[in-house]
Amino acid sequence: MVKKFIERFYVGLILFFLYAPIIILIILSFNSSKSRSKWGGFTLHWYKELFKNQSIMNALYTTLIIAFLSALVATIIGTAAAIAINSMKKTPRTIMIAITNIPMLNADIVTGISLMLLFVAMRYTLGFTSVLISHITFNIPYVILSVMPKLKQLNPHTFEAALDLGASPVYAFFKVILPDIFPGVLTGFFLAFTMSLDDFVITHFTKGPEINTLSTKIYTEVRKGIKPEIYALSTLMFIAVLLLLVLINRRNADKREPIKKV
Amino acid sequence: MKIRNVLNTITPKTPSQKNGAGSLGIRNTKWLSFPYILWMVGFIIIPLIVILYYGLTTNDKLLTLDNIKSILDPINLRSLRLALELSFVSTVICLLLAYPLAMILNKSKMKSNSFIVMIIILPMWMNFLLRTIAWQNILERTGIINTVLKFFNLPMLNIINTPSAIILGMVYNFLPFMVLPIYNVLIKIDKDIINAARDLGANSIQTFLKIILPLSLPGVISGITMVFVPSLTTFVISNILGGSKIVLIGNVIEQQFRIGNWHAGSGLSLVLMIFILISMAILSKYDKEGEGGSIW
Amino acid sequence: MKKYIGLTALLILMTLLAGCAKNDGNKVYVYNWGEYIDYETLDIFTEETGITVVYEEYELNEDMYPKVQSGAVSYDVICPSDYMIQKMIENDLLHPLNFDNIPNIKYIDESYLESAEEFDPGNKYSVPYTWGTLGILYNKSMVDEPIDSWGVLFDEKYSGEILMIDSVRDAFAIALQYLGYSLNTTNEAELEEAKALLKNQYPLVQAYVVDQVRDKMIGGEAAIGVIYSGEAIYTSRENPDLEYVVPKEGSNVWIDGWVIPKNSKNKENAEAFINFMSRPDIALMNFNEITYSTPNYGAWDLIEDEEVKNSPVAFPSDEILDRCTAFRYLGEEMEANYIQKWNEVKGE
Repeated sequence: MVKKFIERFYVGLILFFLYAPIIILIILSFNSSKSRSKWGGFTLHWYKELFKNQSIMNALYTTLIIAFLSALVATIIGTAAAIAINSMKKTPRTIMIAITNIPMLNADIVTGISLMLLFVAMRYTLGFTSVLISHITFNIPYVILSVMPKLKQLNPHTFEAALDLGASPVYAFFKVILPDIFPGVLTGFFLAFTMSLDDFVITHFTKGPEINTLSTKIYTEVRKGIKPEIYALSTLMFIAVLLLLVLINRRNADKREPIKKV
Repeated sequence: MKIRNVLNTITPKTPSQKNGAGSLGIRNTKWLSFPYILWMVGFIIIPLIVILYYGLTTNDKLLTLDNIKSILDPINLRSLRLALELSFVSTVICLLLAYPLAMILNKSKMKSNSFIVMIIILPMWMNFLLRTIAWQNILERTGIINTVLKFFNLPMLNIINTPSAIILGMVYNFLPFMVLPIYNVLIKIDKDIINAARDLGANSIQTFLKIILPLSLPGVISGITMVFVPSLTTFVISNILGGSKIVLIGNVIEQQFRIGNWHAGSGLSLVLMIFILISMAILSKYDKEGEGGSIW
Repeated sequence: MKKYIGLTALLILMTLLAGCAKNDGNKVYVYNWGEYIDYETLDIFTEETGITVVYEEYELNEDMYPKVQSGAVSYDVICPSDYMIQKMIENDLLHPLNFDNIPNIKYIDESYLESAEEFDPGNKYSVPYTWGTLGILYNKSMVDEPIDSWGVLFDEKYSGEILMIDSVRDAFAIALQYLGYSLNTTNEAELEEAKALLKNQYPLVQAYVVDQVRDKMIGGEAAIGVIYSGEAIYTSRENPDLEYVVPKEGSNVWIDGWVIPKNSKNKENAEAFINFMSRPDIALMNFNEITYSTPNYGAWDLIEDEEVKNSPVAFPSDEILDRCTAFRYLGEEMEANYIQKWNEVKGE
């Protein structure tokens, strides 16, 4: 029982560690002083100001669109690639995996600048699409690495069985394979979305003038002081996703069978 | 029957899984990879070649090794050494923190594995810069920890603006990337193996050392790679939490690119890529089945 | 399979099309520092001229430079700092301005135009937008004497209480001027001496910061910091214990100015924009919003708050200005030299 307690305490501690700064940011969103070092009193002022601030709202919109689109495209390309890679012989597979790892391991600034130089060399004007392309590029590896393990766990025979029973490959794919690998696909999508949301360096070097994501907007504000509206926005986003997760988990909890205990 | 043999006999491989081909029973899946291959070549390989070009040439387009040799400059060497030290320590701490956490999460009766994954990834939804700045509020001399300590007349915690704060920042930022691969590998370990070992008389420590640890190694290696290599090139954390007192290789590279010295910056980046190559080599050695380091 | 290909193609097409800008004529692309303008002025500009302002922001001169130099994006108006303007002039990146289109230049005080000649000889390429000094911000309640010299930054008495500026040129400017040299020196011996001084300072420094200095000083985290005058007004408001001083050894006066890059596509709109920004009432709006001093005496005349109008921080006396120098761009090699020395300072 002591063991149980220690385990729970440990998990709680780590979660506290992970979420401590977030709590600070949430508190700061109610701070009437603009400075993070001074508590000026409780206020909801920034939440109101937030929705009046056109440029932050635009940045939010852009961020969400880019995150969604890049995650979507990355998921499609990545899932397809994962299936293909899974069926390859050892050598081509190793090469593909190796190259897939490169964007994840490479320094942000190198990826960002190399992509910018690429666009410049191709005389492609930086703008929305260049950012989108960059985001898709660093998202695909996360999708592939999320889907591949699920593919490994698949029973190869169900697909053959479906084919034997007369299903076309596409139909069999959507009805047999996809449902089984779906958790991996979904996690890949979620991970890609998250990575896209938070990226700064790569976005900075590959974006055009009209484009601002939240990350780049925040970065330009650091010099003159981060607007508290940003804290308010971050709080709202965080709470929204948290609620979403809790809801999804509740829904799934009803469907799940109990896992075997060790 | 020795425990080792249990390991060898538990996961029989079907012929198709052995060589990896057609594990879905589809012959022609190659075309599925074409969009990705196109993308890869266009946006991963070619930019790399661009960096290679800049790293190996001078402003006058002459071939040179100077950019790469600049790593031997004492200042750069020192910044690399410091970065290696800090990344190494951070990675070890991440590992020590993540492994038990993954094990506990694995045992938990949480019905949804993906929920656990999401809870760990969720903090990344708040902007990284904001979260790092928030750590200042916690660690500063006038920050939360010290305010509480002062209240109880306890000695102050002075880690802000020291390497320790940088390590804390790195661990904070990269912990999820260590937890997830290990957790992912642990949940796939067949509980029957554990039970078999117990039945055969192994105690917890033996079970852990001889079965769980070796089986979880791919996840551990994956986690180490995903933490060590990116943390090597960080510069934001050392500025905000380290008080910019320590110049890391990431700072140097960023400086060079900032002043428009792309050749020098690329040269140094190429040196860093050696570490990436080494990690990739190690990864593939532990990844005999070509699974790819997995996050999920 | 057909469905799959079709779907992917459609999605890729959609994403590519999403990037196509709607080309509806009259625009001006402005690239400025973050939070460095009263956004309302942009709306007024559009109302009066019908030109849409596409506004983008950056945090450091060095962030802006690669994008302009590589031609990756074509901006019409940029607001770089003094030495960066000079660097861009020397690298042939700027259009000379047609002052027939910028009559409001007459509202810019002569003395700033003169200072600007340090980096823009003849004032051909730039129109000053803001200016300020570099100085010491200190917490009255945490020091035991009035501060008037850079020396306090190197004083062991304040070990651990010093926030030094994390910027190569500014840090060397402080050290060089304290030693009695010019902050634009290229003399190796002088630079080495400055480097040694900075190296000795290293153990005394709590942290090297640029923008973080504001919040840290407000919170009382340190007793002494280095700050730009524009920020001093804000911090003193937040914490009345904070005082700003331009040390007696002299300091740096910096100027940020509007320029038009050579690859600009809307030069006339750009000049109209610059002219608009130099109008006294508009300059006043911006000054009130960002609290960085304006070189526009027309705007200064219109300031209502007497305290602000006569603030020695925002509008220092000639005596103070006389001992301040603007930065010059020293060329790529010398820049690299400075950076090399700076990296040597931050040792262990």
